[in-house]
Amino acid sequence: MSLLEVRHLTKYYDNERFPDDISFIVDEGEIVCLLGPSGCGKTTLLRIIAGLETADAGQVLFAGRDIRDVPVHRRNFGLMFQDYALFPHKNVFENVAFGLRMMHLSRADIEVRVREMLELVGMSGFEQRDVNLLSGGEQQRVALARSLAPRPRLLMLDEPLGSLDRTLRERLMNELRTILKSVGVTALYVTHDQEEAFALADRIVIMNHGRKVQEGTPQEVYQHPATEFVARFLGLTNLLPGKVVGMDGYHVIVETTIGNLRISKSANQQPETRVTVLLRPEAASLIECSPASEHITGTLAECSFRGGYYRLVIRHTSGQHLSFTIPASGVTPPPLGTPVSLLLRSEAISLLAPDVQE
Amino acid sequence: MSRLLSERIKDAKDAIRHLPFALLLPLVFLAVFFFYPLLAIFRLSLAPQGHLDLTALAKLVSTSYYARTLWFTTWQAAVSTLLTVFLALPGAYIFARYRFPGKGLLQALTTIPFVMPTIVVAAAFNALLGPRSHLSLALMSLFGLERPPINLQHTIWIILLAHVFYNYTVVLRIVGGFWANLNPRLEEAARVLGADRWQVFWQVTLPLLTPALIAAALLVFIFCFTSFGVVLILGGPRFATLEVEIYRQTMHLFNLPLAATLSLAQIALTLTMTSVYTRLQARTARPLKLRPRQTTQRQPTTGRERMLVTGNVAFMMGLLLTPLLALAERSLWTGNGYTLTNYGELFINRRGSVFFVPPVEAVRNSLMFAILTVGLALVLGVISAYSLVERRGRLSRWLDPVFMLPLGTSAVTLGFGYIIALDRPPLNLRTSPLLIPLAHTLVAFPFVVRAVLPVLRGIHPHLRESAGVLGASPAQIRREIDLPIVGRALLVGAVFAFTISMGEFGATSLIARPQMPTMPVAIYRFLGQPGALNYGQALAMSTLLMLVCAVGFLGIERFRYGEVGEF
Repeated sequence: MSLLEVRHLTKYYDNERFPDDISFIVDEGEIVCLLGPSGCGKTTLLRIIAGLETADAGQVLFAGRDIRDVPVHRRNFGLMFQDYALFPHKNVFENVAFGLRMMHLSRADIEVRVREMLELVGMSGFEQRDVNLLSGGEQQRVALARSLAPRPRLLMLDEPLGSLDRTLRERLMNELRTILKSVGVTALYVTHDQEEAFALADRIVIMNHGRKVQEGTPQEVYQHPATEFVARFLGLTNLLPGKVVGMDGYHVIVETTIGNLRISKSANQQPETRVTVLLRPEAASLIECSPASEHITGTLAECSFRGGYYRLVIRHTSGQHLSFTIPASGVTPPPLGTPVSLLLRSEAISLLAPDVQE
Repeated sequence: MSRLLSERIKDAKDAIRHLPFALLLPLVFLAVFFFYPLLAIFRLSLAPQGHLDLTALAKLVSTSYYARTLWFTTWQAAVSTLLTVFLALPGAYIFARYRFPGKGLLQALTTIPFVMPTIVVAAAFNALLGPRSHLSLALMSLFGLERPPINLQHTIWIILLAHVFYNYTVVLRIVGGFWANLNPRLEEAARVLGADRWQVFWQVTLPLLTPALIAAALLVFIFCFTSFGVVLILGGPRFATLEVEIYRQTMHLFNLPLAATLSLAQIALTLTMTSVYTRLQARTARPLKLRPRQTTQRQPTTGRERMLVTGNVAFMMGLLLTPLLALAERSLWTGNGYTLTNYGELFINRRGSVFFVPPVEAVRNSLMFAILTVGLALVLGVISAYSLVERRGRLSRWLDPVFMLPLGTSAVTLGFGYIIALDRPPLNLRTSPLLIPLAHTLVAFPFVVRAVLPVLRGIHPHLRESAGVLGASPAQIRREIDLPIVGRALLVGAVFAFTISMGEFGATSLIARPQMPTMPVAIYRFLGQPGALNYGQALAMSTLLMLVCAVGFLGIERFRYGEVGEF
């Protein structure tokens, strides 16, 4: 059974709704990411679940019970704020101990639990430190330890890596998942960074303008973005408008500016429907000029080395720009301006539903 | 050890060598018009005949009357402080955490009492609750009494009330301002971690507010400890703070050595408290990651929150505006209706009046002194602020509190110092009308420094640097970058200086010459005279003074740079 169930949650803000009719569930032990651009209502959603704000419509069910009337401090949830909100007048130990003291645990029990938590986040020996003098990464760890110490039934994290620099963020991203999984806590994680969501989540709920636009595992979301918005948000920019001109069994033929493409059918596409075609960046590989059916030609417009791969921008003969990544171990890209041929893999091409405009 | 010492001496020499020439101006001013009079007080109290003589000091210690005065000064200040903090805390909370219609206006209005001259406050409470107030008159006629049934005049209650009235806004501003920038996530984090409302308050909010609370309380305590006009007029002959006692010893009993000794005690106590205050203020700078207010405030939504806001707003209006409105209303009342008689009388030179000139002359004097004060205070304040900004480090750390010293010294003490120091060669200003603006400047110029300094410090160095890189000379940088930004702060400082000068009573009451009274002095004399006409004129002139100060201060509120600016 699901541990947390959010049903049609809506809040009004100056005639707008953020969040707007959001529903999703979180299972016991699962890490669910709410992913969306800033201002899409994800933080508000988190605050409603925590009890810090009230919804104007909808329900939050926890273990099958509506928790509307349970005050914040009785919910036994954890919430890690983006700015951590460490108590500046308390040291590391006192910060982590705060929730335990509220539970009226004995001093000895508190001591044991705090040490356990600090060890978990790799901050043993920092007990007496002033939290104001810790680095961003250290504060983040203390905040995590503080949220986990009272064994919350649900841990919510609001952009916990948002204010850290890139390298630190990447390191902590992986560590955070390891810690959350080792504790086995059920977690709801808010972020606007798709990499973070992919690295951490068991399941992702993508939001835009207060509404849910897609839900699924990271792989599902990446391979089959539901709409153009999701594709763009995930950094997938090769979007071509097209028209269905024919179909055969499991495939449809779509006419686009770069020619007709054969794509596996994803829904019930009728001939003559307008569709959007997505070419994922890894869809192409450079080939020596040998004409084949599924290849496109153009000139190399940009090329940058990114470590494990090259990022290429191809100017198609039709004028359309397309960007791809190719493994650095393969063919070395020719100089800029050279005509190139690319082989497209059909499994990396998909059809998108148009964005619903209101 | 000796190396250390020689290094220190070298440091000091360096500091002096780099002292800008212009800085001499405020330093000389302070030396002549602040330290020299203080020194005179020391001399008079400890060695009145030129050799060490501790009689006055011994008398101070041995006579229980003076011990009682000190005791009264202390306890009334303590009780006033506690009352003020207790009453203003809920107000500070709603100002810090909620947005509601009319908040900006209310904030400006609540500040008005603080800039009201003590004499106006005294007159206002007199008009509201005194024996001639509507309240008393109504009760007398209702029960057919000869005397008002409840007479708060000359009781401790009216003193406490006036002190709360005066200082409510100090707590509101300092604590509320600090609270508003406090990250509400901290309280939310505590709640999520299982703390109920009380636990959040005691464990998180209160400890975080403590520095601001102590700073505000100490400031209020200092203000009440040195309270003069309120105690002199509302307290009557039965009550005396040290300030009032110094005034009486000087003006009524001509016991200058004793007055000097009292001043000495006063200086020692206030300077101790001020230094504690400055130190605490520095400690308030806990790395709190303060938040912009937009993110910490919200509209009251639940019925309970609305009641809290409404209740506090009503309380503020009642406490802070009623006396002032009563003053204005009562000044128009002449027993059988509302007329402008009291105001008209101000222009008439009556025989047997307390003046030899029409009372309106006092208005002219006050304006003249205020304009002089503004000029002097601006020049000195800007030079001081610039020097403090341009040389950080040892000298600045040392000079900053020196410039603030006059704030910690009571006005009556200052006036007394002028009487005994500046009435003989080498500097005889006893009969000079300049004495008053000089005293006012001393009180006002620290405010100018406080208004300008944070703005100057707040100018991002990159602004000046990029102007320089773009080809602006130092003079051009001052004109193009500093002046436009500091301009408004200067205006704030100027208005501060103006209102301070208009309302200054403590020092002026000692040094003003009888034929050249200022408005506060005139009001005090009117209040001391019997008769409905004198009383009416006192209220009329108080109302005028109130309007001038209120307009000035509302102007400041408009020109203040965002939320920058220290009190």
